[in-house]
Amino acid sequence: MKLLRALTMAGCLLAAGIATAQVPYKRIVGASSEPASWLTYSGNYQAHRFSPLNQITPRNASQLKLAWVYQINGRGRFETSPLVADGVMYVTEPPTKVTALDLRTGRPLWSWQRPLPLLLKTIGFGPTNRGVAILDDTLFVGTLDAHLIALDAKSGAVRWDTPVGDNNTGHAITAAPLAIDGKVIVGISGGEAGIRGFLDAYDAKTGKLAWRLWTIPGPGEPGHDTWSGDAWKTGGAPTWVTGSYDPDLNLIYWGTGNPGPDWNGDVRPGDNLYSCSLLAIDASTGKLKWYFQFTPHDVHDWDATEIPVLLDGRVGGRLRKLVAMANRNAFFYVLDRETGEFLQGTTYAKQTWAKGLDAKGRPVVLPNTEPTVEGNLVYPSLQGATNWFSPSYNPQTKTFYVAVREMGAYYYKGEAEYKPGTFFAGGGERALEGDKAWGAIRALDVETGKMKWEFRLQSPPWSGVMATAGGIVFGGSTEGNFYALDAANGKPLWDFQTGGPMASNPVGFMIDGKQHVAMASGHALFVFGLPEAVTPLKSRVRK
Amino acid sequence: MTRSCWLLAAVLLVGIIVVVASPQDDSIAKLTSGEIERGRQMFVAHCAVCHGIEGTGERGPSLNHPSLSRVADDRALFSLIQNGVEGSEMPGAWQLSGREVWQVAGYVRSLGRTAPVKLPGDPSNGRRLYESNGCAGCHIVRGSGGVLGPELTEIGARRSAGYLHTALVDPSSATPAGYVVARVTTRDNKKIWGLRANEDSFTIQLRDSAGRFHSFRKADLIELKKDFKAELMPSYRDAFNRSEMDDLVAYLASLRGDK
Repeated sequence: MKLLRALTMAGCLLAAGIATAQVPYKRIVGASSEPASWLTYSGNYQAHRFSPLNQITPRNASQLKLAWVYQINGRGRFETSPLVADGVMYVTEPPTKVTALDLRTGRPLWSWQRPLPLLLKTIGFGPTNRGVAILDDTLFVGTLDAHLIALDAKSGAVRWDTPVGDNNTGHAITAAPLAIDGKVIVGISGGEAGIRGFLDAYDAKTGKLAWRLWTIPGPGEPGHDTWSGDAWKTGGAPTWVTGSYDPDLNLIYWGTGNPGPDWNGDVRPGDNLYSCSLLAIDASTGKLKWYFQFTPHDVHDWDATEIPVLLDGRVGGRLRKLVAMANRNAFFYVLDRETGEFLQGTTYAKQTWAKGLDAKGRPVVLPNTEPTVEGNLVYPSLQGATNWFSPSYNPQTKTFYVAVREMGAYYYKGEAEYKPGTFFAGGGERALEGDKAWGAIRALDVETGKMKWEFRLQSPPWSGVMATAGGIVFGGSTEGNFYALDAANGKPLWDFQTGGPMASNPVGFMIDGKQHVAMASGHALFVFGLPEAVTPLKSRVRK
Repeated sequence: MTRSCWLLAAVLLVGIIVVVASPQDDSIAKLTSGEIERGRQMFVAHCAVCHGIEGTGERGPSLNHPSLSRVADDRALFSLIQNGVEGSEMPGAWQLSGREVWQVAGYVRSLGRTAPVKLPGDPSNGRRLYESNGCAGCHIVRGSGGVLGPELTEIGARRSAGYLHTALVDPSSATPAGYVVARVTTRDNKKIWGLRANEDSFTIQLRDSAGRFHSFRKADLIELKKDFKAELMPSYRDAFNRSEMDDLVAYLASLRGDK
């Protein structure tokens, strides 16, 4: 019924020729009841990356056909997760460009590009951008030189420009911001440059800083004693992937990255809070409500910047508000999202570094698993059992889908000397490549952590997944296959060779009342729908 | 100052700038082993995060080849390290001095490249043996030969003489990474084998012994077997005497990709 109402609303908007985005906060809160749009990075605040659309099903998925392709000019990985609102799609292009596309044709409506300094520093990652946020009629985008920019959604004109960090010291933004009620939350990159991480909230209207939460506590603050000497000043813990939000609890959930230097922990004895952690933050004040550290004193670069997925389920004998994360360290965690209490942790990929997790979820680390000068083979590789690309959660079947990297690596320890604006990593890896590594899409039961099925991929993926109410899981492979799996059993239903490596996340929406999916691959964005969805264009007037 | 004087001054100034800013071609050749080691240390600190600790590649391309596809010469390698690749994930090494960039470049050049050594065999006789024993039926050298085996144009720069000897007497112990023989059975019971040219999660492409390409959807195959230790090459242990073997190894070692 909700779906019908949403379809009717979308139809009315199009019939009226309205193509101007007006996305108030309440519309984003109700994103799941508006499946024609994709209003926030992960589809909804709960970060489900789930499309409630059901026109594409296992019966007809084999008929999926290309609707349109949009090609970009810039180089660098095209990792965008588009937003869709009111007949317009908003994509980000590398290195820092925003383009509004006509949803029916893929034709650009406007573009905005950030001029970047010649000596731009992208330390430990490529020049990319993963998406925008929208609130009311404004888009928000982070830039590689660490500014947060507000753009008029109708024209791309800059409304405000706020510096978030200093690029000379390796600060940069690649993540899509998260827009909530009156605020824009944005994370920072720089975990290989020895930054001190933080998460910021800015006033959506003015761009003024509302609050900053340092992810490494300063002197006198709880957790500061998990560092020694001045190591906290260069300790990393960046916030480089978009988090999730519970409007009822008014809590933001955001993962933090590795401590620095990455592979040489000698200069930072201790647990190194709040690196490799999930933080629950009061959205109004920026105060830390609780934290959970997945990998204390990490020495493998296993950032906890994976997507925290908010869901309700029966774990530990009663129905609870939960947050689930498939962590880079190869464990799948389920926590109570009101308290941070550890409830369940199970391995979902090969790992050779921990005997298991104790009753509080702390890993029981096996001896001789640290990086060495000679190299030490450990699973998973430094890219982790999964990474920044998104998982998906189907609340109707309580199934969690995750793209998994089955890859080990020899970890090396090296010297690490902090010099502002340079690599501060202290080693590296030699990954087991080629046919020694592979990938999979795995379906996990969130209430038990058990695997329901897996679909094997030729190589470790760099793309996320999106499940749909129609019973499909969409994803992309490193070899360029855009594919659809049967969500019930993982059987492949359809695939299309896009001709370039995929490192992005799928999104779902409607064009003229017909379900479509989009995903970036190589240097192009591909949009697919069922054949009848590719209808002749009718001219209409935009206002 | 006359116009011509201004021009001369401008040319001189540009010349000075070019001389100061442009690296010398032979700078890698002049590096000491200590400087190469220093280059290795900087590579580990700055480059290994993407290119792997020994240049084996991961997020960035592998660098352990005698020749690098993006750089035609040492000067181009210097420039690429110093300036990065615009729009790609490869940043410029702005923090390194020119000398340090050369040291890193020297280390990169040393990756996957054997040092030339004097060998006991006669390479010209080795070449005759190579040509008269059918090696070219399966291997390409400088554009000529068969496609079933790996190209050997720069095999001497990639592999040591000891490795080349082993590859001749015990080929199965020297199968290169990524050299995979696939055997498929189609639904109409056709059996086809060949070298894997490419593969993704849904399809596989083969090149058979005649050089023909075959493409299959995996779902259409009854069987797909991959042999990572394929023994396509016979052992030449008993085909040559010791002197001939030395000659053949010396010939292969002389193949260093030189034009």
